[in-house]
Amino acid sequence: MTSTQPAARIPKTGALSPDHLKYLKERALFCRLETVRLIQIAKVGHYTSVFSCAEIFAALYYDTMRLKPGVPDWEDRDRFTMGKGHAAVGLYPILADLGFFDPALLDGYTKLGNPLGDHPDMRKVPGVDFSSGSIGHAISGALGMVLAGRAQGRDFHAFALVGDGEMQEGQVWEAALSAAHHEAANLTVIVDRNGYQLDGNVDDVIGVEDLTAKWQAFGWDVHRVDGHDMTALATLLRQVRADTNRTRPCCIIADTVKGKGVSYMETEPGWHLGYLAPEDEARAIAEIKQGAGL
Amino acid sequence: MTAPLHKDSWQYRQLNALNPGLQTLSDGLTDLVEEGHPVLACTADLQYSNGLSKFAEAHPDRFLQFGISEQNMVSAAAGMAAAGSMPFVATFASFLALLCCEQIRTDVAYSALPVRLVGHHTGISLGFYGTSHHATEDIAIMRSIADLTVVAPADNAQLRAAIRASANHAQPIYFRIGRGRDPDVYDEDAPFEFGKAISHGNGEDLTIIATGSMVHPALEAAQSLRAEGRSVGFLDMHTIKPLDRDAILKAAGYSRAIMTVEEHTVLGGLGGAVAEVLADEGAGCRLIRHGIEDEYSLIAPPTHLYAHYRLDADGIAARAREALG
Repeated sequence: MTSTQPAARIPKTGALSPDHLKYLKERALFCRLETVRLIQIAKVGHYTSVFSCAEIFAALYYDTMRLKPGVPDWEDRDRFTMGKGHAAVGLYPILADLGFFDPALLDGYTKLGNPLGDHPDMRKVPGVDFSSGSIGHAISGALGMVLAGRAQGRDFHAFALVGDGEMQEGQVWEAALSAAHHEAANLTVIVDRNGYQLDGNVDDVIGVEDLTAKWQAFGWDVHRVDGHDMTALATLLRQVRADTNRTRPCCIIADTVKGKGVSYMETEPGWHLGYLAPEDEARAIAEIKQGAGL
Repeated sequence: MTAPLHKDSWQYRQLNALNPGLQTLSDGLTDLVEEGHPVLACTADLQYSNGLSKFAEAHPDRFLQFGISEQNMVSAAAGMAAAGSMPFVATFASFLALLCCEQIRTDVAYSALPVRLVGHHTGISLGFYGTSHHATEDIAIMRSIADLTVVAPADNAQLRAAIRASANHAQPIYFRIGRGRDPDVYDEDAPFEFGKAISHGNGEDLTIIATGSMVHPALEAAQSLRAEGRSVGFLDMHTIKPLDRDAILKAAGYSRAIMTVEEHTVLGGLGGAVAEVLADEGAGCRLIRHGIEDEYSLIAPPTHLYAHYRLDADGIAARAREALG
């Protein structure tokens, strides 16, 4: 590569500074607002699936992960896979913000010929490490990346963000067994425990708890955190990323609120998919800004 | 509580509740229940997408929610059939036919269990939800499985008729259906028989053979070609397996060319099946296979995709004109 290549962003350790904490909160706000904007272009989208993991996206991409802004294919970068691929609308603005592709592409979201669809495509979108759309594949994909990294002598980490409804998919548990067996310590799974899936409350559809006990029983280190508490979340992710003494993969169960930031979305599971007319968009934006903690 | 939302804002449960096409599956299953059949309806976290929420409300004791575990659902349905029930499992066609292919082959078809598999939102109808959600290989996969009937109804009336006819069908069935928005082709009482194509006229220049959601636009295309003075026949090939070979050979006798139209790859689907018949029988009739070429479908709003792949009425007619000269 050329000498103009940007420097790698090395993950930080220890406590977050107040300024950096504020910055991460701003990035989560940016993620939510851009999601509202892009869904206005498509006229349909998964607002609430992004709103539950906006802090997770922001913490990973602006703090935890080892990346080189502007160089999406850097071989030593940390990887990210997403089981809940329908939250990609919140990831694209972040990837563009990191210089992985031209932000102007965002304006053509879901249009014919544009690479940005409801689910992310690694062959079309620079910065997307693994395609998704069929629930349950993301942990296996991330595991494969970690195993390949080990074989190549690389120490990058892989983070897989999965839904709590996704825990119903059999492949999740095949991946959980094999990751522990292979001592894939560079693999971290984050379960976005927002409580809802398409058909209703996860615990009414097919219950998944006790998640902590299940992942522990499969041989993983398990942490549980408030997925909207940026201080707790980013601090935990720093610790997990920096801990080189582990031999077990790590599962973080992030307790979240589906639709976090827009009051009526937080209480109605039908908002898994929907559309806000411009008249309502302004009200939603005001609510989101008010709740950003800035 | 905040002020009510604008009339143009929506969330999907409200929107789907307004789509009458999505009620057909539930209504068809209710027909069977009323006839005394031991129906069980199974979904994998998509009851509002396939409309089974209506059946669940009417018959909660016959509704089984599997969450996001499609393979588990298909094998469990095989168990239900083995125990004497009449299971219908429904999920997106991309997941049913591709993710659950092995369960369908080994647990359902090889075991000769009369499970009814309903793959919905097929073809490219899920638009920009992603190529992962498009089912453009499912006909080819499903029709290669022995003893599995493969049927793609053209509209809601035909779907309901096919569900009614399935009560006396001993084999497992793969129903390939759209998203409940296909325009009507048939009346409620139109006849339906598995394996018997429905003729919409004979033609000397061309016979169009279409299946599923392509029947309506292909019929429109046939009308516009006829209006130009061309002699165009038409077959609704709702059953892809067992295929109505006689109807195809009869069309090959009438017409100089046959054009198959499907929302599917041109490899191995309806076009492939018709090609096999023509080659097997040495029928010297030109075949044009119209569908999606050997490539991954793009993403865009559905109507834009149908136009792009020339799978709307204008596109189908244009493709026929090109072929006929």
